[in-house]
Amino acid sequence: MTIENMPMVKAINAGLRAALAKDDRVLLMGEDIGTLGGVFRVTEGLKNEFGSNRVLDTPLAESAIVGTAIGLAMRGYRPVCEIQFDGFIYPAFDQITSQLAKMTSRHEGELPMPVVIRVPYGGHIGAVEHHQESNEAYFAHTAGLRLVSPSNPHDAYWMIQEAIESQDPVLFFEPKSRYWPKGDVNLSANDIPLHASRIARTGTDVTLIGHGAMVSVLLQAAEIAQEEGTSVEVVDLRSLSPVDYGPILDSVRKTGRAVVAQEAPQNVSLGSEIAATITERAFYSLEAPVVRVSGFDVPFPPAKLETIYLPDADRVLDAVDRVLSY
Amino acid sequence: MAEQKTEPMVQLLGADGAFAPTAAAEEFVPYFDKLTEADWKKFYRDMVVIRRFDAEAINLQRQGQLALWVPSHGQEGAQVGSAYGAAMHDHVFPAYREHAIAMIRGLDMVDLIKQFKGLSHGGWDFRNPELHNLHIYTLVIGSQALHATGYAMGIAFDGKYATGNRDKDEAVIVYFGDGATSQGDVSEAFVFAASYQTPQVFFIQNNHWAISVPVSVQARVPLYRRGEGFGIPGTQVDGNDVFASYAVTAKLMDDARSGRGPALIEAHTYRIGAHTSSDDPTKYRNESELDEWIAKDPISRLEAFLRDKGAENSFFEGVTEEAADFAADVRKRTLELTGLDPMQLFEKAYTEPHPRMREQSQWLAQYEASFGDDGGLA
Ligand SMILES: Cc1ncc(C[n+]2csc(CCOP(=O)(O)OP(=O)(O)O)c2C)c(N)n1
Ligand SMILES: [Mg+2]
Repeated sequence: MTIENMPMVKAINAGLRAALAKDDRVLLMGEDIGTLGGVFRVTEGLKNEFGSNRVLDTPLAESAIVGTAIGLAMRGYRPVCEIQFDGFIYPAFDQITSQLAKMTSRHEGELPMPVVIRVPYGGHIGAVEHHQESNEAYFAHTAGLRLVSPSNPHDAYWMIQEAIESQDPVLFFEPKSRYWPKGDVNLSANDIPLHASRIARTGTDVTLIGHGAMVSVLLQAAEIAQEEGTSVEVVDLRSLSPVDYGPILDSVRKTGRAVVAQEAPQNVSLGSEIAATITERAFYSLEAPVVRVSGFDVPFPPAKLETIYLPDADRVLDAVDRVLSY
Repeated sequence: MAEQKTEPMVQLLGADGAFAPTAAAEEFVPYFDKLTEADWKKFYRDMVVIRRFDAEAINLQRQGQLALWVPSHGQEGAQVGSAYGAAMHDHVFPAYREHAIAMIRGLDMVDLIKQFKGLSHGGWDFRNPELHNLHIYTLVIGSQALHATGYAMGIAFDGKYATGNRDKDEAVIVYFGDGATSQGDVSEAFVFAASYQTPQVFFIQNNHWAISVPVSVQARVPLYRRGEGFGIPGTQVDGNDVFASYAVTAKLMDDARSGRGPALIEAHTYRIGAHTSSDDPTKYRNESELDEWIAKDPISRLEAFLRDKGAENSFFEGVTEEAADFAADVRKRTLELTGLDPMQLFEKAYTEPHPRMREQSQWLAQYEASFGDDGGLA
């Protein structure tokens, strides 16, 4: 068994390298991903190793990156697109939602669309506008797309490879604020399928649910709650569409209380969907309404206000208090 | 590799600063001829001041005062020349590197700094008369090309151009980079501008790089020809020649204002610094290319010209001092900037009352209060 301690950027890099080595139909494409290795260095070294026919520094056009990836997939390639920052995915919105998402159903369910779109997403990096968004809900709302989001280096290493092996399009949301913290990656074996959620911490009083960067916030909140005598279970969603409800519902049936947390704004969000599903399916186990902790329903603010905007452990604990007050 | 084929371009000042118009420059010379010595010196002063300001912003970024900076070093000729080529009643749509243009239109540079300090998303209003129709920066590559085109369509629908009154007729200038020319929005702006024959100039600052990607990846023919197939004539200008940049912009804006339809300018220039303070250009470009462009510096070129025309040392010393004062003032006022009131979050998304804003601001106020006096939010 090989276990290596590395940050998520390196884990995704290693996962991409493995995928490129394993299947010569795998291509990486995006802005500045070749010579520069991407603005976050996720693809560092890969162009040198695999050549500019496998790692493409494309012209600057997101719609074209995704649109041509669709054509390449029709030709039997497995393109992995990088969108430089969350807020720059919108020029490709038509290609993702009307084209990529629907191509299989328009071919009677027969045509695979093995396209991966990597999206560094989320806040906590103090960046200028359009660089800190959590826009997964737009895509989770679109049938035909699969969405996943790793919260740690081990998952990132395996999930990127599984996403590339998927015959359906996968949007891969990378929590950029978690790019640098290191974690153990088991390079020899993976223990969980791509679309499964995972219990990140066990507890008995309240279930906290989140994905990506939010998982570390939830774990931090759980730690503080523990000191105050509350036992918190944390579910790491990993898959945002489809959501793996089994572990969530099992947990809620045990605790009777649930808080769903996300960086995204609340209105019509993934957290809202999960809260509604828990209410429908575990109603008789609930001791309190399911509470959502989200970004506010405003455009992502200037960086000096991001700590107010983004839910932190205190905001999560405030919600924990609320569900415990019933 | 990054070197893209150039064709005889409009140039008034040679690399040595001597006045030597190229053949392509002929029709633009009359615009240069109208400039006075005071104008020359104003161009020089603005280029030096903005370069000094840019250096100060880089310092402030390194000292943790700014989250990010987008350097303009090297592009002063293209920016200052074209800024004066547009009339103050024209509308200007910048991308995000056009600091000289912002300054010349009248923006307080500290308002610009605020955006990079994480205090605003732009925040100024082009309708403020002191800003002379300067629109906010656009960070999403190429989007502003469509906004500018729509604005120019509005001018056309209002009949506010081609009346023969140069002081009243309006036009629009929109800035974007070489990389931006690949975006669908930019091509679509060309289509609409040509279709509606808008009073407008597209100003491409070809600084040869889109972060790490050379212009040769975006274009196989020189970018000034990009508009041709859309019906938009193009002019290639030496962007490091502030006079050429001025003269070409002034003429084409006049033409647009008088109803000759949209035009495109490709200004050849170079980003001497990093793409942004987060970038490391040594990863993708070589020193010899950089040296080549440093030799074409727009400021030293104009300095040589001015010295030849008899400008004294005292003038240059005065400008250096003025630039230092300007930078010191920006620094001082940047350090004085305070944070933002969290309640602002809910005051800026809509112009009219909105129930969710009310609910969420009330929630936040209560939440903050729950921490008591000393546990409140920053
Ligand atoms: C739609 C979109 N995609 C990607 C980016 C990230 N990005 C910021 S600047 C840049 C390169 C722009 O190059 P160019 O248009 O030549 O302008 P320059 O920065 O050289 O002035 C990129 C890819 C963005 N801001 N917007
Ligand atoms: Mg450029």
